Amino acid sequence: MSNKLIDLVGITKSFDGELVLDDLNLYIRENEFLTLLGPSGCGKTTTLRILGGFENPDKGSVIFNGENITQLPPNKRQLNTVFQKYALFTHMTIAENIAFGLKIKKKSKAYIDDKIKYALKLVNLQGYENRMPDSLSGGQQQRIAIARAIVNEPKVLLLDEPLGALDLKLRQDMQYELIRLKNELGITFIYVTHDQEEALTMSDTIVVMNQGYIQQIGTPEDIYNEPQNAFVADFIGDSNIINGTMLEDRLVEILGAKFPCVDEGFGRNKPVDVVIRPEDIDLLKPEEGTIQGVVTHLIFKGVHYEMEVMANGYEWLVHSTDLFPVGTQVGLHVDPFDIQIMNKPESEDEEAVSIDE
Amino acid sequence: MIRNFFRKFYLFFIFVLLYAPILTLIVYSFNASKTRAKWGGFSLKWYSSLFENKAILQALSNTLLIALLSALIATVIGTMASVALNSMKSKTRTFWMSMTNIPMLNAEIVTGISLMMLFIAVGNFLSLFGGSITFGFMTILIGHITFNLPYVILSVMPKLKQVNMSTYEAALDIGASPIYAFFKVILPDIMPGVLSGFLLAFTLSLDDFIITHFVKGPGVDTLSTKIYSEVRKGIKPEMYALSTLVFITVLLLLLIVNYKPKQKNNAKV
Ligand SMILES: Nc1ncnc2c1ncn2[C@@H]1O[C@H](COP(=O)(O)OP(=O)(O)OP(=O)(O)O)[C@@H](O)[C@H]1O
Ligand SMILES: [Mg+2]
Repeated sequence: MSNKLIDLVGITKSFDGELVLDDLNLYIRENEFLTLLGPSGCGKTTTLRILGGFENPDKGSVIFNGENITQLPPNKRQLNTVFQKYALFTHMTIAENIAFGLKIKKKSKAYIDDKIKYALKLVNLQGYENRMPDSLSGGQQQRIAIARAIVNEPKVLLLDEPLGALDLKLRQDMQYELIRLKNELGITFIYVTHDQEEALTMSDTIVVMNQGYIQQIGTPEDIYNEPQNAFVADFIGDSNIINGTMLEDRLVEILGAKFPCVDEGFGRNKPVDVVIRPEDIDLLKPEEGTIQGVVTHLIFKGVHYEMEVMANGYEWLVHSTDLFPVGTQVGLHVDPFDIQIMNKPESEDEEAVSIDE
Repeated sequence: MIRNFFRKFYLFFIFVLLYAPILTLIVYSFNASKTRAKWGGFSLKWYSSLFENKAILQALSNTLLIALLSALIATVIGTMASVALNSMKSKTRTFWMSMTNIPMLNAEIVTGISLMMLFIAVGNFLSLFGGSITFGFMTILIGHITFNLPYVILSVMPKLKQVNMSTYEAALDIGASPIYAFFKVILPDIMPGVLSGFLLAFTLSLDDFIITHFVKGPGVDTLSTKIYSEVRKGIKPEMYALSTLVFITVLLLLLIVNYKPKQKNNAKV
């Protein structure tokens, strides 16, 4: 996980005059599991297609292993893609599907047979050689698509929402399968999803995108605990995002109440966005809280209760394992290090983003 | 009950109207007597004398050869054109699709005369350099390819639109060249459309009269032009036999065109 394997430099792409990617810069290290995360239409697939060679960027270059491959056609690239739709060759058997790339490379029959066996074992579908794609379930088809890609021993595997069409249980199983696969193969994964949980579970690095811009790059922990702007905070899990004023270092005023926090260097009386995760809010007796409110909604979510608490004119989203019935007077308390302070967006683009959300 | 009876009767009546002429023809082709006035018993003698007629056999072989060649060439060109059309942006595609559809709606006689004019014009031009165009096999072939093309495109395009283009990209992705990917991945998927395009072209070429009439040269005939010139001299019962054979061939081909792709689709669903 040290040297840059892929470098996207200043990638700009528009379709029919509409800007889809604007000056995107991103590098991917060897053996990394990198996830592009963002809402529908934000340009994830387009980024992946530029990497795979299916689209040419209007500006910018794709550097692979120090070599500029921007103009290289897909069949000459050492990257393989697993497509959003399974894209299996329907008139070929599973074995023929997997052998497709190897036959082009003129590998020997024995080598190909070995590889088919190996790949089917890897994706847990031994004995499926002679089945037709139509006769397989969605999850099985997707695993075959992965097998078909990895037998070519790519340096990088590009996966475009490979689990998007699967049901929740299968999706979770496949997430573990993919992580296992990646560890066994030791190759770089670039993964696209709009499911934040999936991104948090699987990735080494998450790239949060919106409207063609990268909002934040970081480890799952970074992204979750220290979102850099309101968009990221809102997109990654449920959050309370509240207007506040940084009174001084380590003290922020939210909705008229003063909360001690750990952030410094914002200056005095500076307007900021404050992010507080619902599970970081402690509900106490009214007199023990920093501010007081009343529970207005209550839903049982399995592992916890989800409540909404009206306090100082704001509906606070709170997760707690303790039950506070609707109508209960409560006090809200937040530990200083659970308060995340963010600068208000400065550029117009970022502005557009936060207004949209 | 009565309504039901009338419904059936009506259907029967329509089919009688549609098929009575051709049935009469078929029946008379087996008539042993030479005149149409009376039934002389069942006989195959018109069929056997038909197959002893050198000129007719020559016309038959011309017809088959032209149908086969023109259908083949039109299928190849038409399929390539469809691929190009399919990769166009939707506005440009709509424009070019209507351009290819117009010749189908054009009256055949217009197509025939304009092709003839074109050949004459090209011939005149070539004569400046000592070349020439002889009306005959080649001009008929070119004419047939021309009117077959839109039909091939018409039957290939819908199939091509259904193709999941990501399978093509997947093939490129794992190392296939665009041409290899086309033959291995796209062509098998659009094959039903290509085949029915071919059969349609073959059938149309087989029974074309008007266009052939204008672009053929003296002494070169296809079955339909042969029948026409024979009939002008006086109707011989051999012609009934020949027409029957043409009808049955075309009928069979049309049945194949209409049923084959559908069965394939059903099998998939
Ligand atoms: N070939 C194309 N022609 C025109 N517009 C396109 C094309 N491909 C993508 N776009 C547009 O570019 C934008 C980004 O699309 P992209 O497919 O990259 O989004 P995405 O992030 O993958 O979304 P999703 O999560 O829905 O798959 C969208 O507005 C889309 O309409
Ligand atoms: Mg996408």
